[in-house]
Amino acid sequence: MSSRRSRSRQSSSGRITDQQIDDLMSKLQSLLHEARLGSHDRASAAKVLQDTCSYIRSLHREVDDLSERLSELLDAAGVSSDQAACIRSLFM
Amino acid sequence: MESKSSTTGNRDNPNRNLHGSKTMMASHFLRALFRIQQTSTSSSSAGRSRRIRRAAYASMAYSAGTRRAWSRALLRKLRSRARLRFPRRLSRAATPQRRDMDQAQVLRKLVPGGPSMDDCKLLEETADYIRFLTTQVRLMQTVMDSVSS
Repeated sequence: MSSRRSRSRQSSSGRITDQQIDDLMSKLQSLLHEARLGSHDRASAAKVLQDTCSYIRSLHREVDDLSERLSELLDAAGVSSDQAACIRSLFM
Repeated sequence: MESKSSTTGNRDNPNRNLHGSKTMMASHFLRALFRIQQTSTSSSSAGRSRRIRRAAYASMAYSAGTRRAWSRALLRKLRSRARLRFPRRLSRAATPQRRDMDQAQVLRKLVPGGPSMDDCKLLEETADYIRFLTTQVRLMQTVMDSVSS
């Protein structure tokens, strides 16, 4: 379904949008450029790093949480090969 | 796996690099899920959750391959059967002046292979690690949505 492939999900369940990722990436990259040029705005660098750490931690938590939920689902029903093919096509 | 990583196209469009990896990630993870489903019983549900979590990090690491320090470090950990742990606690910076130094150290503990990276490498690896992590999370969400509907 094309709606599932939409690149931008609503953040209602805490899902990160591509825009947020792009913003974070450009911040990280500009930070990298600043470091190479030698100029170093300490305040913003610290903030970007802090946000990055928070984000990575939340992603780790999501992996843990989804692992548990998937485990419960596998217990109840399996993933059939039809569903697997469907998932692959949705995901690409 | 598509070997676009060795060409100059890699820096210009990291998302192109990710696409081939996404396919590999999904295949690897789904195969692992099948195996886990078939080989676990209802009495081992906690173990199953741990195996799924391990499979998630494994499919990330295998799809990124050996071209990244974070994926090499993850692969090492997985092969040595070491426990996959990441720090959960929010580390408070001791004083404002040391805050950005501490944050880089905090980040080093969160990114696999972090401790041996200098600051520049750390930022590059972090960006790549986040891309793969996010992709893996989305993959798992997609599986959840598909199976529970």
